[in-house]
Amino acid sequence: MDLFKQTIHTLHERLTKKEISAVELAKSVFTRTDVVESKIRSYITETREQAMAQAAAVDAKLAKGENIAPLAGIPGALKDNICTNGVKTTCASKILANFVPPYNATVVDKLAAQDAVITGKANCDEFAMGGSTENSGFFVTHNPWDIERVPGGSSGGSASAVAAGQAIWALGSDTGGSIRQPAAYCGAVGLKPTYGRVSRYGLVAYASSLDQIGPITRDVTDSALVLNAIAGYDAKDSTSINEAAPDYTQALVQDVKGLKIGLPKEYFGAGIQPEVAAAIQKAVEQLKAMGAEVKEVSLPHTEYALPAYYLIAPAEASSNLARYDGVGFGHRAEGSDIIEMYKKSRSEGFGPEVKRRIMLGTYALSSGYYDAYYLKALQVRTLVKQDFDKAFGEVDVLITPTAPTTAFKIGELSDPLAMYLQDIYTIPINLAGLPGISLPCGFVSGLPVGMQIIGKPLAEATIIQAAYAFEQANDYHTRFAPLGEE
Amino acid sequence: MKYETVIGLEVHSELKTKSKIFCGCSTQFGSDQNTNVCPVCLGLPGVLPVINEKVVEFAVRAGLALNCKILPFSKFDRKNYYYPDLPKNYQTSQYDLPIAVDGYLDIEVNGETKRIGITRVHMEEDAGKLVHSGTISNSEYALVDYNRTGVPLIEIVSEPELRSPEEAKAYLEKMKSILQYIDVSDCKMEEGSLRCDANISLRPVGTEPFGTKAELKNLNSFRSVQRGLEYEVERQTEVLSEGGHIIQETRSWDENKGVTLSMRNKEQAHDYRYFPEPELVPIVVDPAKVESIRASLPELPDARKARFVADYGLSAYDAETITASRAMADYFDATVKAGADAKAAANWLMGEVSKHLNAANKSAEECPVAAVQLASLIALIDKGTISGKIAKTVFEGMWDSGKDAETIVKEQGLVQISDEGAIVAIVDGVIAASPQSVADFKAGKEKAIGFLVGQVMKQSKGRANPELVNKLLKERLAAL
Repeated sequence: MDLFKQTIHTLHERLTKKEISAVELAKSVFTRTDVVESKIRSYITETREQAMAQAAAVDAKLAKGENIAPLAGIPGALKDNICTNGVKTTCASKILANFVPPYNATVVDKLAAQDAVITGKANCDEFAMGGSTENSGFFVTHNPWDIERVPGGSSGGSASAVAAGQAIWALGSDTGGSIRQPAAYCGAVGLKPTYGRVSRYGLVAYASSLDQIGPITRDVTDSALVLNAIAGYDAKDSTSINEAAPDYTQALVQDVKGLKIGLPKEYFGAGIQPEVAAAIQKAVEQLKAMGAEVKEVSLPHTEYALPAYYLIAPAEASSNLARYDGVGFGHRAEGSDIIEMYKKSRSEGFGPEVKRRIMLGTYALSSGYYDAYYLKALQVRTLVKQDFDKAFGEVDVLITPTAPTTAFKIGELSDPLAMYLQDIYTIPINLAGLPGISLPCGFVSGLPVGMQIIGKPLAEATIIQAAYAFEQANDYHTRFAPLGEE
Repeated sequence: MKYETVIGLEVHSELKTKSKIFCGCSTQFGSDQNTNVCPVCLGLPGVLPVINEKVVEFAVRAGLALNCKILPFSKFDRKNYYYPDLPKNYQTSQYDLPIAVDGYLDIEVNGETKRIGITRVHMEEDAGKLVHSGTISNSEYALVDYNRTGVPLIEIVSEPELRSPEEAKAYLEKMKSILQYIDVSDCKMEEGSLRCDANISLRPVGTEPFGTKAELKNLNSFRSVQRGLEYEVERQTEVLSEGGHIIQETRSWDENKGVTLSMRNKEQAHDYRYFPEPELVPIVVDPAKVESIRASLPELPDARKARFVADYGLSAYDAETITASRAMADYFDATVKAGADAKAAANWLMGEVSKHLNAANKSAEECPVAAVQLASLIALIDKGTISGKIAKTVFEGMWDSGKDAETIVKEQGLVQISDEGAIVAIVDGVIAASPQSVADFKAGKEKAIGFLVGQVMKQSKGRANPELVNKLLKERLAAL
């Protein structure tokens, strides 16, 4: 099998057995990118030269007989809102089109410590705002399973790169579903860790109280391996959890006997594509047959989660994005005075969805509206959390669809509200700060369906184990996007 | 109609931590432009703030010294506004849950003590500094120096309980004194480490509701606080007396012209859109830590003043003057401890020592004459070794050379002449040489003796014991 189609764990084994070299592997991935990139458009910036040097360094270690880390020499892509020292980090925004950070995100340092090979910076919705990657300030990314469809978003380039063989793994960021939903649309495994499990230092903030970095991979084992590399306390992030991360590969056990699964009834209501609901039901039946206990639960405040999210996230964003003013860095337009310079720089630099959310957030925080909107949204957030607390008093994990539909067509959802509804099953998990994983659980008309498994705070191991057990009992993860070739 | 003045002050004080509030950059004043900066204080994308624990400790210290309640649960909020000296275009500050609330400090004006309420003390980050080419109004461009960005500040808000510009000045002086005592701020108004904005309004005497206030800015010295407020009292009185209305606005004090000028209407002012800072976790101060900080507080100005009055018999005025500065009060304590008479020490401190320190622009800590040295100088006067007048000359020498009083007295032969025989010899010489003055004295002009005393002192080069000179002169003149 082509190297670019394989997983981290198989490639690691082959590297350590010296069946392949890291340079050979990197070349395989780059050659694949040469073939498919014009159709998919996963990357904003490629870092091939640096990647080849990283790969050569791993080969040198192997040649000296040194042990290598699980990600050593394995090519992966970073969403372009994760800061890389000396490498352009644009957030897919014209306002940061030429921004080169003089620092690495903590996750980038952690990956470097494992000698991971970085292929480049993946496209996304501008400042991670969106669910289709159509909001990129530069270009649209295509779904490898059907290039007329979106890869999901906002981490669409990360998911498409993994699905199309342009990277073995990728990092995304998830504020309301931006790892899980594109993973679902692209047939990949996407994990959003508990808020605070992975350092946000160097992740360009969209909504600080919701953002979290996580892996997009080809299988659950790889997800555990990447999470192992990036999880842990970071003194540079005050919201990071000061608790050691376990070895998540310990959870790769094919056993769900006695696992209590909750199905929140609110997640199977109106708006869901019937085939998607059926795929989830079938998967749940399978888990039941494997020994899990399944029961229906209720998360009564679910319907308020989306509106609360669209107040909290834009409110934080309106403030987080205030720094893009043309003064110290980023795009600057000429103006006759400072106010005009601000206005022109921001008008030219931001796309429509970013502007929409800045307006929403500014309004929600304005004097006279704060109590009715922002404060109310915070209260709803608490209620949503309490719903989950209560449910987790009865069950170990919750299973839901990741998104109500499979990948939609590019341009199909022109109404922002329709687009926002795509995140209806993922947003409450961010509001509650919980870990969630999406993995493929079937196909509808050749398009992958994602199943979401949600855990208690810091229970990544539990959801990894459930996901692994399901994955190993099926072969969805072994399928590769045809891209019209095979 | 008679009006009553209502003033409330907002004092900003830079905390003297080594590093900034949310990053490790130095807070050193006067460094080269844009050298004390990093991605965090420059607000670059993706970076995150981490609270400097010392800032919280200093703020708690200030809160306790100002008799505040320390809130067990406090948090940071963002104050959103666009200004090019603010790289993130929001200031991380505290809004509804500040670190300390409900305190007070006592001021003394016209011999009366008055308690002024303190609403709150909160922590925040300072902004950078704009450097204009030319003046603000005609400058073609501005440059930004971010060294000050992220320097920790506390803002201390008083209740509107000050009733005159004089009280406002006394409040500010007491505030400075307390913050210096507890060693959390340098409080140098000229360097901006102590800043003050004032809210001022008038109301008819005997009425309760507040009048419309003006916010006064650019008060860069204690003097300008008082002058600016005095001007504003006058201006508002005039407007109201003529039947006009005060506009709620921000006004800037122009020190040169001696007037306040309108900056902007409050109606057009920013909506700061405060909301909780999501990058930082709430501040939960351990009550045990609060108690340990409380226990570590030094004796504060009021307590010290009371002690100086009770234990040393200083007048309230002297005690107030000496305790205004912790360094001066420490110097006083040390001088007395070294054996000096307290009243004499107080007089020296408020006299020669202060005079020399002010002229050299030094604080008492930097005084080249150590407290023990001053004590031994005072001892020489007490013993009659030198006169009070000569002592000033000796002090001068000590200041310049750092030598002890005894050494200077010895080297310059300044020991007081208390030998009656030696003085009589000079007295007789002066009487013989001044027939006119002697005649005047004899004729009843008692003042004439002054001239004769002066002559004796002159001939003894100031060393003759003045009491003996007086006594012996009178004896000799009476014997004529």
